[in-house]
Amino acid sequence: MDDGYRNIVLGGLWNNNQALVALLGLCPLLAVSNTLINGLGLGLATTLVLVLSNVSVSTIRHWVRPEIRLPVFVLIIASFVTTVELVMNAYFHGLYKVLGIFIPLIVTNCAIIGRAEAFASRNPIPRALVDGLSIGIGFTLALVVLGGGRELVGQGTLFDGAQLMFGETARSWRWTISEDYPGALLAILPPGAFLGLGMMIALKNIIDKRLSRREKTPAAHAEPVSV
Amino acid sequence: MRNLPVLISGVLLGLFGVLGAGLVGLSHEGTAERIARNEREALLHQLHVLVPEEQIDNDMLSDVIEVSAPDALGAEKTLVYIGRRGGQPVAAVLSPVITQGYSGPIQMIVAIQTDGRLAGVRVLSHRETPGLGDKIEVERSDWILGFAGKSLLQPAPSAWQVKRDGGAFDQFTGATITPRAIVGGVRAALEYFGEHKLRLFDREQPQGEKTNG
Repeated sequence: MDDGYRNIVLGGLWNNNQALVALLGLCPLLAVSNTLINGLGLGLATTLVLVLSNVSVSTIRHWVRPEIRLPVFVLIIASFVTTVELVMNAYFHGLYKVLGIFIPLIVTNCAIIGRAEAFASRNPIPRALVDGLSIGIGFTLALVVLGGGRELVGQGTLFDGAQLMFGETARSWRWTISEDYPGALLAILPPGAFLGLGMMIALKNIIDKRLSRREKTPAAHAEPVSV
Repeated sequence: MRNLPVLISGVLLGLFGVLGAGLVGLSHEGTAERIARNEREALLHQLHVLVPEEQIDNDMLSDVIEVSAPDALGAEKTLVYIGRRGGQPVAAVLSPVITQGYSGPIQMIVAIQTDGRLAGVRVLSHRETPGLGDKIEVERSDWILGFAGKSLLQPAPSAWQVKRDGGAFDQFTGATITPRAIVGGVRAALEYFGEHKLRLFDREQPQGEKTNG
């Protein structure tokens, strides 16, 4: 993997994580992150749309005139989202019932048009594909962590509703802290999403600071040793 | 031709519009049948939980009657599914909407046997407070199962209230409004059924099932 791709992947997953750094796509992020499975479902649907839209935008980047590029991007994204919604309704009906009203929100996820405009329209197809995938997985990870955290604190379970996505055998994946966990309403209601996201951003900043400090320190020590 | 670039842009945009619509149209075409089947199966599954398949021999989804009783059943139009065996009615499943909940309408199905006893009650959708009012869901609490077997005679009509109001039904800790709304809604459905029982059951069999048997 050359440096270019490495940067794209790292950017999507961490350095330019759309949920934690760019703070894009907050509407679906905050609305659907009340359980781990919900977060995973919306994250995967968003990733699929991101990859499809990035690849198509990159494919047509030489033919679309600049003045109509935004309406064209919107058309592409909206068509893919509708298609994903229909396919989900047909093949994952249980999950669709849970996420259904949020799927159209993917259209309004600025992260998708943001990547189309900022990256896919200026890069060849393979790079746009990797970018879409990395950004999507980064967004999904943020959703899963936030959803899992809210579910754990809010209702004391993990993987609640896994059967909606993975079939009946997944029902047993559900993990409960203890039967008489009182639950924490705050975590399940919308404020919990804001608080959780805030904590995740803070944590990411702390980790970044540690990392950059560590990079600097050895460099300072290394100098006299170098021959 | 100063307008040529504009024209090209317009044609291009139109082309993408057609392409997008084509994609959506194709996927609709490809999934419509499966989606309709999913929705049908999901509803039928809900109905059969309350009126078991073994007890009836008709298709409840096609043996359906539309009634209008906004006062008793909440919505302008309410669907009532009838279960029959050998042409004889077994139970009616009313689908009232309760508007006295804590937040937003609560959609329910109320299955009532011919003798006026409840076969069961389920909540299809609601927006009650998570962790408090959502104990009306069968996945979260057994509370809703307590309706099975009850009727307007047992307990007496005056006891069709939550305990805080002097009735026979439990409320939840921290949430009284939601169970009060459900109890009131089920009672209203039972009363409606009592008054209109004959009209609900006494009608032509759906096509293809016109037997006396």
